[in-house]
Amino acid sequence: MKIKVWINNKLFEDVIEDDTLLIDYIRTKGYKSVKRGCETSNCGLCTVWLDEKPVLSCSVLAIRANNKRVLTIEGLENEAKEFTDFLAKEGAEQCGFCSPGFVMNVLAMVKELDDFSEENIKEYLSGNLCRCTGYMGQLRAIKKYLKLKGEL
Amino acid sequence: MFNLKELYLAKNLNDAYDTLVSSKNNCVIGGGMWLKMSNRAINRGIDLSNLNLNKIIEDDDKFIIGSMTSLRDIENSKELNLEFHGYFKKFLKGIVGTQFRNTATIGGSVYSKFGFSDISTGLLGLDTYVELFRGGIVSLEEFNKMEWKKDILVNIIIYKNKNLKAEYESLRLSKTDLPLINVAVSYDKKLKKFNIVVGARPNLSKRAVKASEIISENYNYIDKGLDLISNELDFGKNMRGSKEYREESSKILVKRCILKIMEDSYENKGMDK
Repeated sequence: MKIKVWINNKLFEDVIEDDTLLIDYIRTKGYKSVKRGCETSNCGLCTVWLDEKPVLSCSVLAIRANNKRVLTIEGLENEAKEFTDFLAKEGAEQCGFCSPGFVMNVLAMVKELDDFSEENIKEYLSGNLCRCTGYMGQLRAIKKYLKLKGEL
Repeated sequence: MFNLKELYLAKNLNDAYDTLVSSKNNCVIGGGMWLKMSNRAINRGIDLSNLNLNKIIEDDDKFIIGSMTSLRDIENSKELNLEFHGYFKKFLKGIVGTQFRNTATIGGSVYSKFGFSDISTGLLGLDTYVELFRGGIVSLEEFNKMEWKKDILVNIIIYKNKNLKAEYESLRLSKTDLPLINVAVSYDKKLKKFNIVVGARPNLSKRAVKASEIISENYNYIDKGLDLISNELDFGKNMRGSKEYREESSKILVKRCILKIMEDSYENKGMDK
């Protein structure tokens, strides 16, 4: 089927197989930050924004992104850098494999939530698994970042 | 991952149904979150995205939730959570993660009759009906018992009840895993009736009718009622837990729900935690 998708504000038009997954389509366009970590829709590594909402690109058919806007971390470089500086300062970045998906969901959370209690933060981000750095450092970084943003 | 020849955007419900029954290998694709885990060969996947079924409509006595509404939209619905005191958030928040719930649909979850379903258990706690294109409107309890037949799930209908208080509890090996047991309890203050539902046993959610009756009759019979749950419902084992573990933990979760609803405490009742 023919699709028309904006990835990071750049328009792509292609004819693709109907069962192509969004993650595979995005990667063929060179956005390699989007990764597969689990194959079971559980890890959150493949998180991208589809019309401003964070979704698992490994579980969405690419044709469902037809006429929609996709954002990956490559398209949010400045916002991402602002937050990842905090991650680095807190030592919350070891292998970095889960970071792109995690950062996309953190930025979505900052946009969506009003109340940033620790419980709400944990709940919002529970679908982003990290297997080496650990969650405490991430949480410290998020809290400091939110303070900078005037949310905490 | 499944193999799909064509994703077909249905023009209307008639069209969707005709396409569905025209071939054995045609099926409706909701969010596609679970379907993705299979390696089925699908001829035409029917997409209901263009049928305006992603909305929650409120009228005087009920909510009508379109089958393509995402779990996240339901969880965040101010109207639903106001009417049922945040109940929807309680049973949806444990499902994988925010991103997953942005894509997973209520229709896909209910129609698939998953044994581990938080949604089925949560909805059975309320007065919930399923609207099928061919099968008409049936109660969710009835739908869960019905033999599997191809149909289009159009809406989920939930009746309002100002006298209802509902609570939900689940047990998981890790927070975002599938539940190894889940329970919903609702209490109608006017009728003085409890409604106990137990799911992920690991079979599809069911009402514990006798236990609900005994406890409704006399709140002091709570422990006697809880013991009945394992007699009347079929518990089993899988990789997440044994039959016995599920039986015991279901009692504790039901008790927690009941005490929360009655604003009572273990100490007050002189019960074991």
